Amino acid sequence: MAKKTVWSDNRFWQRSAAWITGFASILLIWLTFDTIPQIKMGNDADLQNGVTKRVPGPTVINYKITYEMNTKRGHEIPVIGGMNAEGTSAFQEKEKFFGRDDWSQDEAMELLALGKLASQSKNCMNCHTLLGNGAYYAPDLTKAWLDPAWGPEGSMQSMTGKSTKEEAMAEFLQHPSQYPTHARMMPNLGITAAEAKGLVAFLKHMTSIDTNGFPRNFAKIQGAVHGK
Amino acid sequence: MANNYLTTESKKLATWYFTFAAIIFGAQLVFGLVAAFQYVMPGFLFEIVDFSVARMIHINALVVWMVFAMMGSVYWLLPDETGIETVGIGLGKLLFWVFAAAIVIVVLVYLLVQVGPADQTTIWFINEGREYLEAPRWADIGIVVVVLGFVYNLYATGMKGNRSGIVTVLMADMLAFAGIYLAGMGYTDNISIDQYWWWWVIHLWVEATWEVFVGSIAAYGLITMIGAHRKVVEMWLWIEVAMLFGSGILGIGHHYFWIGTPEYWWEIGALFSALEPLPLVAMFIHVLYDWGKQQGAQEAQGKEVSVIANKPAFTWFVLQALGNFLGAGVWGFFHTFPQVNLYTHGTQFTSAHGHLAFFGAYATILIGMFYIAVQGKHGIKVMHATKKSIWATSMIFGGVLGMTAALTMSGYVQVLVERAQMGASWSGYFDSQASVWFAQGMDWRLIMGIVTFLGFVILVTDLLSIGKATHHER
Repeated sequence: MAKKTVWSDNRFWQRSAAWITGFASILLIWLTFDTIPQIKMGNDADLQNGVTKRVPGPTVINYKITYEMNTKRGHEIPVIGGMNAEGTSAFQEKEKFFGRDDWSQDEAMELLALGKLASQSKNCMNCHTLLGNGAYYAPDLTKAWLDPAWGPEGSMQSMTGKSTKEEAMAEFLQHPSQYPTHARMMPNLGITAAEAKGLVAFLKHMTSIDTNGFPRNFAKIQGAVHGK
Repeated sequence: MANNYLTTESKKLATWYFTFAAIIFGAQLVFGLVAAFQYVMPGFLFEIVDFSVARMIHINALVVWMVFAMMGSVYWLLPDETGIETVGIGLGKLLFWVFAAAIVIVVLVYLLVQVGPADQTTIWFINEGREYLEAPRWADIGIVVVVLGFVYNLYATGMKGNRSGIVTVLMADMLAFAGIYLAGMGYTDNISIDQYWWWWVIHLWVEATWEVFVGSIAAYGLITMIGAHRKVVEMWLWIEVAMLFGSGILGIGHHYFWIGTPEYWWEIGALFSALEPLPLVAMFIHVLYDWGKQQGAQEAQGKEVSVIANKPAFTWFVLQALGNFLGAGVWGFFHTFPQVNLYTHGTQFTSAHGHLAFFGAYATILIGMFYIAVQGKHGIKVMHATKKSIWATSMIFGGVLGMTAALTMSGYVQVLVERAQMGASWSGYFDSQASVWFAQGMDWRLIMGIVTFLGFVILVTDLLSIGKATHHER
């Protein structure tokens, strides 16, 4: 009879499975302890002091936000309040949001919290993607704040009869089926004026999250050749 | 039930779970068809049952019917594995009714109320608006109670009776399955943290604990249906557990590429999720190898009959091994590297992978369990396929493969036009959706979805009638 070998011993494989699972789980928990503090939301003091956070504080809505290629990291990053010499956020240039650029930490947080809650209550994620996750029936919203369609050159401001991006977005969100852009339309979800304002703050804040360059080249290409 | 050959309460209870699972499976397909039709005819049921509602029910019904069928599978195999009647059958029956009633209420609220104001009452009573985990908070708590009761029954039975390797794996796996759900129940204003924990539930369910679950079910099926050697099968099972958890737990990193989490998740996610297909290849080989080995051993004894005791169920088990490898393994591997995922993330590519993976890995083997239950209930020794079972199997498997191919084509167009050419903007999105090739993909998806649904109808009639066919060995 051949000698018994460990490779055909069930106890050996059972123990291996337990050790490997335990090791992988501990590694995941350890990485979680490293990641969560890095994606905790910043606050107004961070923005005032020029501290870059992966998820900036809610008062980021007082600032101009762009999405620029960073040569050091090799992909695009959100740039808040204009760019400094290193190609990162300067936290200087402000931008009015619903007529104000002095939203306090508490006011901005209240707006953002309402918007996040509205994004769940209205089930946005079962048509749109947020940070690329969700359904694929409507455009991704990760950097929607920067979409040219809502800017001065885009069609949405004149269509909704509003003169700023945030007002156009809020108007559209309240009465989406009044402003059809394609055969596939957004339905009326009973979004109130306050909820719409919150949602726009939520979208602007989401644009400021450092998504490691997703989506690539966002809105950098205006009309491709034979796009269709 | 007339002519019921089931001698244990546990198996009778399993048939309740399987029956309800099959009904919800039907609902999943109906709402999937509604959503597929809306891609082709956007005005269909607009502001009545919008895409968001149809799609929410489509994916929630998917999760729920599978969880029901998984619980049914455990109640089915427990008496065989432990040699005793399941402990806590009364509790199991009560939990069945609680769970089923909760599901009906949740779905009615989804359909009739749909959305609510932006406050916590919506989160508690209407829907949480988080893909796959839309169930409102009250239902979350109910699900945890139901699953804990189920885990109690499993543990009490496993500890009292003979605790086989399969039961041991299930005990560990189902506890993790229940515990992980807690990670997805909280609310936070920070969407990055929200999605971080949300993936703990989705990923650690479908790419870790559910995979180990089907590994256990496949092991049980190989022993009961073709008489595979328990020691060999259980050794394979432990190796699979090691490989599945070893790659799958940290494979969660491939969901952390773009949600605000640090860049080191690129390397971790790429490495471990690239390893995820390996156990799926191993499982496929293992099923075919054991089948060939058993058949060969029998033929060596001069017996020229098949070793398979349940042809339709075994067919589904083999299709599971193939579908899991193709859908989760190959289609997952397609877009698991960050360099590729940057462009494919959130396109119909993901949808193609989702369809074939959920179907291939889970729907197949659970349908196989339905057939095993029919065989047991009718006291059949060797169950043969009928014309209906062959048609149902071919149409469902072919239909889902067709949908996957169509979605892959559409995804390809979307990646090239929307992402690469147009930089992911609103107009880029709609340009890709308007592309003829994209639209053709959506047409084909609908057609193949209808084929799948018709296959399902035939499957149900077969499950209800195959037990009465006369060509089985009794």
